[in-house]
Amino acid sequence: MPDSIILDVQDLKMHFPIRRGLLRRVVGAVRAADGVSFSIRRGETLALVGESGCGKTTVSRCILRAYTPTAGAINFHIGGRTVDLAKLERGELRPLRRHMQMVFQDPYSSLNPRMVVGEIIGEPLRINGMTDPAERRKRVTELMELVQLPAAYYNRFPHAFSGGQRQRIGIARALALNPDLIVADEPVSALDVSVQAQILNLMLDLQDRLGLTYLFVAHDLSVVKHVSDRVAVMYVGRIVELAETEALFARPRHPYTEALLSAAPVPTPGMASTRIVLEREIADPANPPPGCAFHPRCRYATEACRVDTPVPREVTPGHMVACHHADTLELRGVGTE
Amino acid sequence: MVEPILSVRGLTTHFFGVEGVTRAVDGVDLDVFEGRTLGIVGESGCGKSVTARSILRIVDRPGRIVSGQTMFRRAEGGPAIDLLQLSEAEMRQVRGREIGLVFQEPMASFSQHYTIGNQISEAVRLHMKLDKRAAHDRAIELLDMVGVPQPSRRVDEYPFQLSGGLRQRVMIAMALACDPRVVIADEPTTALDVTTQAQILDLLRDLQEKRGLAIILITHDMGVIAEMAHDVAVMYLGRAVETGTVKDMFAAPRHPYTRALLRSIPTVLAKPRTRLPTIAGSIPHPFDRPKGCPYHPRCAEIITGTCEAQEPPVTGAVGAQVRCFLHGGRA
Repeated sequence: MPDSIILDVQDLKMHFPIRRGLLRRVVGAVRAADGVSFSIRRGETLALVGESGCGKTTVSRCILRAYTPTAGAINFHIGGRTVDLAKLERGELRPLRRHMQMVFQDPYSSLNPRMVVGEIIGEPLRINGMTDPAERRKRVTELMELVQLPAAYYNRFPHAFSGGQRQRIGIARALALNPDLIVADEPVSALDVSVQAQILNLMLDLQDRLGLTYLFVAHDLSVVKHVSDRVAVMYVGRIVELAETEALFARPRHPYTEALLSAAPVPTPGMASTRIVLEREIADPANPPPGCAFHPRCRYATEACRVDTPVPREVTPGHMVACHHADTLELRGVGTE
Repeated sequence: MVEPILSVRGLTTHFFGVEGVTRAVDGVDLDVFEGRTLGIVGESGCGKSVTARSILRIVDRPGRIVSGQTMFRRAEGGPAIDLLQLSEAEMRQVRGREIGLVFQEPMASFSQHYTIGNQISEAVRLHMKLDKRAAHDRAIELLDMVGVPQPSRRVDEYPFQLSGGLRQRVMIAMALACDPRVVIADEPTTALDVTTQAQILDLLRDLQEKRGLAIILITHDMGVIAEMAHDVAVMYLGRAVETGTVKDMFAAPRHPYTRALLRSIPTVLAKPRTRLPTIAGSIPHPFDRPKGCPYHPRCAEIITGTCEAQEPPVTGAVGAQVRCFLHGGRA
């Protein structure tokens, strides 16, 4: 395994049982993640994008071990060793938690309203053994400066802050223990446009300064384009395409990626006329269609798509696609201005 | 010159809370035309939803429409009437019948205890003299019109059985039940996925073309505005800071807020890993509305000594207004 890989996910599966009846018998499973493989390089941003129910949040929760995956490996390369997060017991996970932290979507519900900002940011420090209040205060002040929050706000409660400032508090808390990997699940989607840009820029700056690695989970392709080095597109529990950001946007190889790019509203009047509007709805992960899960909505689907599930393969170096017709299709991307 | 179907002047709605008065909508002028979409865009707390609710007179307490006019040309012809002067009974004849409403959250807006057919029929029968059978048939026809597959089966389903996209289609069917000429859509696609959003926007455009609907579209998304609207009003803290046609607005935004907002939007056309220009600070709480021009603390083009001292006047005709000292009105 090359030294530059920080996280390597292999064939990750997370199936949630569906129970029915008096005896709560298992009658089926929601295949929220169904064979997901990717790796993240140290210092890069990998975006995991897709629509609701595609499994992007499930994957991120498996990595943080909020869920114990049904199958697969999550190899985390840290401090010169490799651990499989999927197989560790709760107790063994504890010392690793400081290396991976989370930034949540909703800055209104993810901060304890009864704690002041200083305590919120300092809590992970206290739990991890920084017991001296003066030392802790110094570190918290440093962190506040890092995320551009005035140190004078130390003793304020979260309700006094705007959404953007709360998200800064959340980021400062995530950075407290000097993590290597940050999993950010929709970090800007609850924010107003004028504040979104501030937080995205802050995340880029922090990455440059601290060498952070981000797994950036999002549904908004415009946001993703601004922050990520590589993008993985998920559909019904699987990654359908993974590539460098520029390549994926300019020349998508999977019809779902093409449709997703085309559906993204662009702030330029007169652009919508050539849009591809998909028919029908996202498949149900409890009952996915046979073959390629996207085939009922795909304009290029053939008989093979209805029968065989496409296996991800590399069509050009670093560009993975799970589509039978990736080599022949000429799909439309979006250029760069 | 085409007459607007709905023309709003000086609309002012305040919320009289225990802690003080919030000027949620503070003197808004708008014109809405048949067959055109007026987009009202702004960030949270700008008053875009309260504007829509004020037009329909469904402002929740402690909010109250303080002043203004909303002149509406009714279907039967005659001179335009001021909706704010109607009695509640008369207003009920307009609301739902001549002006339809589509909400953001389709799940919260339906009753969970009745089938969608029941709920559409109820809306139909409230305004039209139809028996139950005919209203039920009308419901199926409406579902078909908004692209709900197998409408005769779906009509007997409950809202929880439908996906978000289908629920929003049903909501649109309900808004159109009595052939209104104006539809107010408040963030109709915000809760939807992007591919579903594309479907719903397509549907709205299609219905507008076929029926000459006037649509008031409330959204926070400039992308949706660019795609859907003909005319646009940008709101900030209760004021329409700039109004104009979509073409003009995107080509040459005049208000510093519009300019900054347009620059700060992430787009799929951007170069990867580029930093966006930002707007400094954050939206003030409506209680702490800054003196003078409410945007001045964040404005990059502030005229010191003027913007923080007085409120900028409105310049330009309705539909091409701007509220900024850069465009005149300095004492």
